[in-house]
Amino acid sequence: MTAPFDLNDDSVVVVIGTGAGGGTLANELAQKGVSVVSLEAGAWHTPDDFVQDEWASFGQLAWLDARTTSGDWRVSRDFAGLPAWIVKSVGGSAVHWAGASLRFQPHEWKAKTTYGEVEGASLLDWPIDGEEMDPWYTKAEDKLHVTRTGERPGLPGNNNFKVLEAGAKKLGYENVHTGRMAIKSSEDADGVPCQQLGFCFQGCKVAAKWSPSYDELPDAIETGNLELRTQAHVQRIEHDDSGKVTGVVYVDAEGNEQVQKARVVAVAGNSIESPRILLNSASEMFPDGLANSSGQVGRNYMRHMTGSVYAVFEQPVRMWRGTTMAGIITDESGHDPSRGFVGGYEMETLSIGLPFMAAFLDPGGWGREFASAMDGYENMAGMWLVGEDMPQETNRVTLNMDVKDQYGMPVANVHFDDHPNDIAMRNHAYQQGEAIYNAVGATRTFPTPPYPSTHNLGTNRMSEDPADGVVNKWGQTHDVPNLFVSDGSQFTTGAAENPTLTIVALAIRQADHIAAELASGNL
Amino acid sequence: MKDGTPQKGLTRRELLSRSMAAGASFVVGAGYVASTDAAWAMESTVLKPETMATLIQMARDIYPHDHVGDEFYAIAVKGYDTEEAAEGIEAGIAGLNAAAQDKGYGDYLSMGWERDRVDILRGMEDSAFFQQIRGGLVTGLYNQKAVWPLFGYEGESFSKGGYINRGFNDINWL
Repeated sequence: MTAPFDLNDDSVVVVIGTGAGGGTLANELAQKGVSVVSLEAGAWHTPDDFVQDEWASFGQLAWLDARTTSGDWRVSRDFAGLPAWIVKSVGGSAVHWAGASLRFQPHEWKAKTTYGEVEGASLLDWPIDGEEMDPWYTKAEDKLHVTRTGERPGLPGNNNFKVLEAGAKKLGYENVHTGRMAIKSSEDADGVPCQQLGFCFQGCKVAAKWSPSYDELPDAIETGNLELRTQAHVQRIEHDDSGKVTGVVYVDAEGNEQVQKARVVAVAGNSIESPRILLNSASEMFPDGLANSSGQVGRNYMRHMTGSVYAVFEQPVRMWRGTTMAGIITDESGHDPSRGFVGGYEMETLSIGLPFMAAFLDPGGWGREFASAMDGYENMAGMWLVGEDMPQETNRVTLNMDVKDQYGMPVANVHFDDHPNDIAMRNHAYQQGEAIYNAVGATRTFPTPPYPSTHNLGTNRMSEDPADGVVNKWGQTHDVPNLFVSDGSQFTTGAAENPTLTIVALAIRQADHIAAELASGNL
Repeated sequence: MKDGTPQKGLTRRELLSRSMAAGASFVVGAGYVASTDAAWAMESTVLKPETMATLIQMARDIYPHDHVGDEFYAIAVKGYDTEEAAEGIEAGIAGLNAAAQDKGYGDYLSMGWERDRVDILRGMEDSAFFQQIRGGLVTGLYNQKAVWPLFGYEGESFSKGGYINRGFNDINWL
């Protein structure tokens, strides 16, 4: 069969979401000859449509449907209706991602074994390890044109990187470079290399940064094996009496409810929507939601330990010029409990424009202290701190039955309390970040609180034992054999690294598995 | 002339002659607020001009940038000059003036020192009115494209080919 597919065609794999996980899985399956229907809640925005204007772009790309928050995290106070800054568009959050593409460190696959019991944390080892993932990581790096892997050169460093690098070296850090980035760095690659536009978060207008929106879906459609339906908002997944899933209910762009039959369903709606869909698919047979016999759907929500340090110098930096995430220090990413916490963190340059700086530097701040900080904008450098946070059972996505979205579906509530380990790590990272900038003459530094979450992880976690998690080592749900999870919600633990490369590597591996299982008649 | 600051055909002399001083920074007349040098003026159709003048001062006190002119603060709060918003704004500003009177001043605008005005704002910082004004300013002020150059911010770069040949790595003081 070739696309388009009939709603009653029950031979197709339905992939929900077209981001790093779903977009990759869909293309990989299509390349292998598998019939795929991709359902994407958002519209298809192309590089020509992207807007280099932070708020206008936010309005264009961000997932702005209602959500609620609870817990002691500051995001819940400052951005009560916006727990996450993620994207509703073809390409998902891999439209606005910065492009950092780091492999997990080997020990991070085995967090429970490495860190031991941590009070209040629901740590678990992944049922896979670095050795098993190595070839898949290589495939992912090739797909994403990751700099400093294979033969690909690094990107040149911009002003923001140069400040970071100089400070890091003065502090004695050794592992400082312009990162492993999914951004084309040479003329040799197909397409245009990085033009140092800035605005990586607003979608790359020259498509130098990998995104499924223009790097996966068009190729997939070209095979004739994939049909992409945009503005198709999934409500729930249906199943038969044997407990296998049979189709996906969604509301189409015209507002009409449709049911697409399916042989296999893969959920990749990001770690807030994916558990929301499973929970909203509760039935008589599965009263607590689909694939939730463990009670783990929605739990162990992780968002990475994050924070930023901005610093003002005597002279201009103009950090917004060029790659948003222009470099990295990896010296703090290892596991060294003598620092007062388990796990590690990365330090990565980050810049935001004046409009977002006003919103995020010190949310709620005002008066001369705040305004004078903004006065220093041109002389500012900035870095983002991203480290492993502790999974906690009580940090979770639930259905808020009191608040409904435009389709009458209960919205997701995102509950998050910082773990003491997260706080200790953040304080250490702030101190080191400020020291880096002070070493090169900062006159003022700002330990900036976390933004709404960009790295949403863990709410359908992978586990060896079906009692501990939602999916097995292939991302296949323990309860329902033809139901898969294909996004960051599979993450057993979060590691210190930006998650996209791992999501892509897992999706390539999962596609291989699903295609083989389909071919052998096991699915 | 900037958007939102119509001068309604008044000459500078006429403007000043018809106005009354509302405080150190503003003059108000029938239906408008202007700077004391009449460099800009803004129509106020629903809000009392005195209220609009006070609101502009409040906006500056919340995000005081000495190199940013009042006209930008005026643009940032101009959106409250509507039938829908006016009642709440008038009440909020009346509260500011009452607090100023408790401290022995005629009204908020006649308080000469920023620190005295800010004391009043601190005292009402959790109120819905204060948060409405502060929250609105985050975009109302800092998302004005005309304000960006005053902070050195360059805005979009795509139409100029990015920064690859325009100084992405030109830092020279490290």
